[in-house]
Amino acid sequence: MSRTRSQPCRLESGGIIDRNKPCRFRFNGRELAGYRGDTLASALIANGVRIIGRSFKYHRPRGVFTAGEEEPCALVETGEGDARTPTCRAPVTPLTEGLVARSQNCWPSVDFDAGRIVDFTHALWPAGFYNKTFKWPGWHSWENLVRHSAGLGRPLHGPDPDHYEQVNAHCDLLICGAGPAGLQAARVAARSGLRIILADQADEFGGVLNYEQCRLNGAPAAGWVRETIAELEACANVFLLSKTTVSGIYDHNVTTLLQTGRGTGWRECYWTVRPRHILLTTGAIEQGLIFPNNDRPGIMLAGAIRHYLNRYAVVAGKNIMIATNNDTAYQTVFDLAQNNISVKTVVDCREQVDETLRQRLADLGTRLLTGARIRNTRGSRGLASVQAEYLDGREAAHEKCDLLGVSGGWTPRVHLLAHARGSLRFDPVSQSFLPDRLPYGLSVAGAANGTCGLQETLAETSRASVTICEALGSATEPPQSPVVTATVVESRTVCPTTLDTSRQRQWIDLAHDVTFGDAELAVQEGFVPVEHFKRYTTTGMSVDQGKTGNLNAFIVLGALTGKETGDVGTTTFRPPYMPVTLGAIAGRNTGEFYAPRRYLPAHRVHEQLNARMEDYGWQRPDYYPRKSESAAEAIRREARAVRNQVGIFDNSPIGKLEVRGPDAAEFLNRLYINNVHSLATGRARYGLMLNENGIIIDDGVFIRMAENHFLVNTTSAGVSRIGALMEKWLQCEWTDLRVLVDDVTTQWANFTIAGPHARDVLVDLGTSLNLSAPTFPHMAAATGTIAGLTARLVRVSFSGEVSFEVNVSAGGASTFLDAALDAGAAYGITPYGIEALMALRMEKGYLHVGSDTDGSSTPDDVGWGHVARAKDADYIGRRSLFRPGNLDRNRKQFVGLEPLDPGQPIRPGGHLLAGADRSPPAETDGWITSACLSPNLDRHIALGVLRDGRKRTGEILTVCDEKLSYPVRVVSPVFYDPQGEKLNG
Amino acid sequence: MLRIECPFCGLRDQSEFSFGGESHRLRPQNPDQANDAEWAGYLFYRVNPKGLHFERWVHQFGCRQWFNVVRDTVTHEIIEIYRMGEQPETAFPENGAHEG
Repeated sequence: MSRTRSQPCRLESGGIIDRNKPCRFRFNGRELAGYRGDTLASALIANGVRIIGRSFKYHRPRGVFTAGEEEPCALVETGEGDARTPTCRAPVTPLTEGLVARSQNCWPSVDFDAGRIVDFTHALWPAGFYNKTFKWPGWHSWENLVRHSAGLGRPLHGPDPDHYEQVNAHCDLLICGAGPAGLQAARVAARSGLRIILADQADEFGGVLNYEQCRLNGAPAAGWVRETIAELEACANVFLLSKTTVSGIYDHNVTTLLQTGRGTGWRECYWTVRPRHILLTTGAIEQGLIFPNNDRPGIMLAGAIRHYLNRYAVVAGKNIMIATNNDTAYQTVFDLAQNNISVKTVVDCREQVDETLRQRLADLGTRLLTGARIRNTRGSRGLASVQAEYLDGREAAHEKCDLLGVSGGWTPRVHLLAHARGSLRFDPVSQSFLPDRLPYGLSVAGAANGTCGLQETLAETSRASVTICEALGSATEPPQSPVVTATVVESRTVCPTTLDTSRQRQWIDLAHDVTFGDAELAVQEGFVPVEHFKRYTTTGMSVDQGKTGNLNAFIVLGALTGKETGDVGTTTFRPPYMPVTLGAIAGRNTGEFYAPRRYLPAHRVHEQLNARMEDYGWQRPDYYPRKSESAAEAIRREARAVRNQVGIFDNSPIGKLEVRGPDAAEFLNRLYINNVHSLATGRARYGLMLNENGIIIDDGVFIRMAENHFLVNTTSAGVSRIGALMEKWLQCEWTDLRVLVDDVTTQWANFTIAGPHARDVLVDLGTSLNLSAPTFPHMAAATGTIAGLTARLVRVSFSGEVSFEVNVSAGGASTFLDAALDAGAAYGITPYGIEALMALRMEKGYLHVGSDTDGSSTPDDVGWGHVARAKDADYIGRRSLFRPGNLDRNRKQFVGLEPLDPGQPIRPGGHLLAGADRSPPAETDGWITSACLSPNLDRHIALGVLRDGRKRTGEILTVCDEKLSYPVRVVSPVFYDPQGEKLNG
Repeated sequence: MLRIECPFCGLRDQSEFSFGGESHRLRPQNPDQANDAEWAGYLFYRVNPKGLHFERWVHQFGCRQWFNVVRDTVTHEIIEIYRMGEQPETAFPENGAHEG
């Protein structure tokens, strides 16, 4: 069969490609052509392109090695701009019109790569060389150079422009792999009515039947494949997923699948499937052979040669040889002969070879060398010649050769089984690791199970499928299995290869450029257990994860350490089986959809007031700038307005938990350091909650609405946590308490009206409540109406001014706020935001849990020790407060700080060193936790924690804040109105 | 990701639940009478078995009810699920100290 002129390696006929649909593409800038149905690899081979990439470390020229996803050498970059994708495996990249592809890891070009200097100086760069070099003058002098030369593909910068989808699915049976075994399993199981998902990473189902010349029921196997697919498509209970890689199996057999979109609006779709049972029909991967210079372009897996020949009608060379340790490679000779292409020589390491095979070779005029192996290959820019020798060292052949098919046996694709914690055992007959102990809910059949032969595979799979259906409660009668009327050479038996251990430059991992010399070095340096060996040599750690070479690596390790391969074991297979784009894992949860946004019920009004919003878990106003005000000006104006006139603050996110029941008071008494029982109805109390270690976990005011009814306020960030904590105690241990807890945070809007005119505004709004000072003192609470709305009112203050918190239903929030702004206009009512709120509370030295406290703060640290000690009854954390560590006087205590220079700005985080004019190195005595330019005092103030702080008032300390250093004085944390006169107005 | 059978809602994904640590660890009745060792035991010491673990889970994003689970920490197989306050049918291993 002769070749076409424009595609010199394409046969004139044959292949499952559409010769009526040419496909133009560019490779390294060169315009080339292939056909619809080609892959990038088959089209490059057709065009006689030999050098496709450069190896990872040595920058040796590399061509196509395989015909599948396991490809270690033909790794290219496709696409341009934002659509660029690095490290695509050419054999599984479909050829599309206009495809642009480029070689990676080479400069200036793949045909001439300056990086090959590493190959010519290879003795300097053994495995792990980077752990022993780059020390002088220092790592950083080398870092740039190493970063530039390391790696394989060019990453993209900037956001991913593609869309990704995610699907959650459930099914009864998930079948992984749609070759003959998977298709047969689906056929059998479909009749049971069970919900089945059949997935395969290829564009077309069929697996090996897409290229192996088998015949079923007297016709080419492709016919049976098409019929079966049609049969399955007609079943409502069967879901077919092509272009879908089963990516990983996780706990309880939850399985992820990565589906590639083409011509869809999305690039990838990430499936999370929850199957009741999984059947692995994932087939097997052919392994290469280890011999000197076994990595040149033109050296390819024997099965891959068949695949390219039969499926794409391309042959990558003219002078063809085969090297093997098993029977299956002989099929390549026969398939080539079918196309009138002769193979000169077969080099078989076995002394004895099946007589039928010998005879067929003889009939074809192909020379057979038994008991022989490849001694060396030549051809700096691609395979040119091959030297073979007998195992005793005598020369056997030295020939021109530009295409060498190698076969080192087949290793079952057991990755998914290993993810699911199944175990493997080494089979000396096939020299491979086979499934041993299967985890619950998982079965394996076909070549993945080490089964040899198409007929046996179909039978085994049928049996497995029937068993699974029965186990899942839907027994079924299997259909008639197809009869294999012709098949390829089938054999499991592999002869262990005898390595020439005197030669170093034999590749055991093509993708990471790991050679036999590296393996020797690893063993010499004591990295003998297989996991250490892997990491020292980096074998199996590249983008192919050692799919075509791992087994040989274990065999080499066994040979070097005198261990049986079975005792060497395997390294751990972990998901994903193939790379997953991070975008697929993120799905649509990016940008605006990364996290839900929560808006205040009166958000519309805040917007109208020109609020500057910030995300505090809720979108909340930081400040409300007027006209051309700066942030600082707005904050100052707002905070001064609160102290001098009246301000209004939206505190709707504050946590609100209803706690009701005959034992409500007793329950809360066990959670707070404060005495809850003594709180009268209609009164509020500020409380601290601790964990069992005595650490403050939340603070807030609790209000007694009635004898058995409390309203608990928590921090806005803590309400879910505190609510869940309450449920835990009530459900798990204090089951005798009669209490119900309900989170009503989002049902109530909450507005703080604070300042000298606060009461005036409420009275003008119209209220059913008597708000005069004697009737409604500080910390009083009541329910009534305000502005015509039902309201819960409590007089609490976070500003130190007379302050009322009005709770109205969330639906009435905007109405209330509008009305309050209206009624308050006469008094100069000012909306204030978080920034002003924080400045006001700092002026009063009020605690902000989470800023002034951390995971070590106890009540005494923040000045609440007297309350914690006064209570006799037990509460969560009480016992821990009496541990020696909690009584240590070196504990950091809450203090106020002011700079000696009132104009000196202060930031939180600065460390406090004892004495003026100190500098590091020194022991830190504490740090600044909150700071601001006080709007009402017009000077800088701060709060912090200081060792034994309460006894050090007046002391001068040095603040050490990165490059800044300045003196401060320890003062009372209450900077404004220390007697609290304004509060009780 | 585990799939857990909530006693009230049925089989759900692990992401709907929160883990609550070792089960049957009760708060001492009179903490102020517990010495430092006993209190430390309650605060900090938990079993870490290679094998059956008796633990608490809450269906936080579903019915918000707590329940107990017996799980094999090696295979993640869930052996038994029983309600809060009940005792398991599965026997406790000898080395774990459980009070309630």
